[in-house]
Amino acid sequence: MKLKSTAKIVVAGLSVLALSACISNTPEKSDNVGGTSNAEAGSNDEKGDTVVIGFSAPAADHGWMGAISEQAKAAGDSYEDVDLRLAEGTNDVNLQISQVETFINDKVDAIVLLPFDGAAMTPVALKAMQAGIPVINVDREFNDANAARVTVLGDNYGMGVSAGEYVCEQADGNENAIVAEIAGIDSLPLTQDRSQGFKDALAECGLDVDNRVAADFTVEGGEKAAGNLLQAAPKIDFLWNHDDDQGVGVLAAINNAGRDEFTMVGGAGSANAMREIESGDSVLKATVIYPSTQAADGIKLARLLVQDKAMSDLVEVTVPRTIQLDAPVVTEENVDEFLPTAFES
Amino acid sequence: MSDTPTDAVTQEDTARVEKEAARQVEPGRFGQVMRSGAGHNLGLVLALALLALVGVATGGERFASVDNVMTILRFAAVIGVVSIGMTFVITGGGIDLSVGALVALSSVWCTTVATQTMANDIHWIFIVTTALLVGAGAGLVNGLLIAYGGVVPFIATLAMMASARGLAEIISARKTQIVSVPGFTDAFSRDILGISVLVWIFVVVAVIGWVLLNRTTFGRRTLAIGGNPEASRLAGINVRRHTVLLYVLVGLCCGIAAVMLIARTTTGSATHGQLYELEAIAAVVIGGTLLSGGRGTIVGTVFGVLIFATLTNVFVINNLSISAQAFTKGLIIIAAVLLQKRFSRQPGS
Repeated sequence: MKLKSTAKIVVAGLSVLALSACISNTPEKSDNVGGTSNAEAGSNDEKGDTVVIGFSAPAADHGWMGAISEQAKAAGDSYEDVDLRLAEGTNDVNLQISQVETFINDKVDAIVLLPFDGAAMTPVALKAMQAGIPVINVDREFNDANAARVTVLGDNYGMGVSAGEYVCEQADGNENAIVAEIAGIDSLPLTQDRSQGFKDALAECGLDVDNRVAADFTVEGGEKAAGNLLQAAPKIDFLWNHDDDQGVGVLAAINNAGRDEFTMVGGAGSANAMREIESGDSVLKATVIYPSTQAADGIKLARLLVQDKAMSDLVEVTVPRTIQLDAPVVTEENVDEFLPTAFES
Repeated sequence: MSDTPTDAVTQEDTARVEKEAARQVEPGRFGQVMRSGAGHNLGLVLALALLALVGVATGGERFASVDNVMTILRFAAVIGVVSIGMTFVITGGGIDLSVGALVALSSVWCTTVATQTMANDIHWIFIVTTALLVGAGAGLVNGLLIAYGGVVPFIATLAMMASARGLAEIISARKTQIVSVPGFTDAFSRDILGISVLVWIFVVVAVIGWVLLNRTTFGRRTLAIGGNPEASRLAGINVRRHTVLLYVLVGLCCGIAAVMLIARTTTGSATHGQLYELEAIAAVVIGGTLLSGGRGTIVGTVFGVLIFATLTNVFVINNLSISAQAFTKGLIIIAAVLLQKRFSRQPGS
């Protein structure tokens, strides 16, 4: 794959953890059970002290968020030594705070928290940290660095960059190519980051966004926005749609209009988008991943942290403070690799 | 409440109609018990005790600890204050679907940069006053639309629900506003006698609500209007003015809840208070207040709120799957309302 982005500040992708899972069979460390000594490289998945992890996330009101909880649960279930406590998904910060308070009362060993609102959950996260419970902050950041021991983030800017670089590569020097963009909810910082990354990457090869509309992450909104865009732009060469959930509607509008003259790139990486890519006969040729495995990684990191282990592929002997996940491009060539961890929208 | 001249003339009639209206909807046989409040509250006490038993049986120390009880109470406090206000509106024969949006609007309005700057210059109490005024003001709009505009409560407050949240988004530009006024969070994160200030606020609001509903003319009129607005009007109660006051009251409660939520999160946000209307209505109805008006109970509402808060807590402690939690919650609401209906023998309703 030649699509490596240079602009990324990725400390480690999920592949690091996946790899460490594959090579974890050093039997001589089995006397380590019950102890909390630093495990040797490769022994990270060996059974250790039981780790009680509390997990709380917003309501699963769209495919990506549903996948977040599901994958977190699967990650917890995959370890004998993880006791995962799940709280009901909620968009009410009052309830989410009380869930975290319950975890604190329970004296869980670690809390993995995808806040509905990062700033609103900061006080209770600080409370947990002060009570000696490490908090792993996923996706939406707290506004106080002391409120989390580890932060796992996606890369919104990187998504835009990946999409832009893919378009540049496909345009192959054609500076007259017409590029369109269908954004998500325009007022969100994450949407602005994605668009900025897209713009910056396009500028590298002399392209810019000719037509831009915004939708709202829903199928209905995607259909409406795409319908308007296709009316406004009679000929398009490349189209980037920020989100595969709304992409279902975008594709419907494209089919209704009978347009197929352009190459479309998706975002987030849903399973049905990947199946479209796999089929080869859709205008959707690629999508950019925004990992729905972030919380699952949070669970794995919480376990490592509590068992006093480290990420064994790194030299550092403790778990890093911040982990920003990669935003790779999925195309027909590598879709097999990503389809198994993709989320159903 | 000062009486209008009309009231003075027919004060005796008024009192009679109020009592009649309140009595009309009481079930005959349990009438006296119900009036004392003990009757329908007994079922709630049993339900809460049962929940607590399940909690102790499954969670043991983890459930029965002081820390956990405090967690339940702090969670219940915010929605509890909204529910007390909701009890009055529903007792008075109305409904307010805009409470969640009013919490959001109040929380956003009182945490803007401008308000915080003023609060820094004057006192953090400025934030609280702003929140209360915004809540009460929006409630006033609801009340005027309903009482004088003739818009049915469901529609008027539905419109407010959309507009208030929209306005909150406009004011905040959909950003989370962090409160950095010194003193504000300190004042509300304090404990008094080992109990969080937030819980004390709920207690105070509930006690005032109880006195207001059960021991004042205002309360009797609320019951009368809810039971039979036409008879109340004929008896000389200013039904329109009273209706407006009810919506101002629930709006004020939303303002208080907004302050509590800001204290808990250090933020004001247009996303605060989501689905509070449903939670408050559920708590009020489970508590035994008639959705059609004419009968209301503050004690019942407090129990309704506590039952939901405890339920949520027992779920988390027992680590039920996320979908199972939502499913079970729905079942328990239905079961509680059916039992309640049977217990209080509401004919035909």
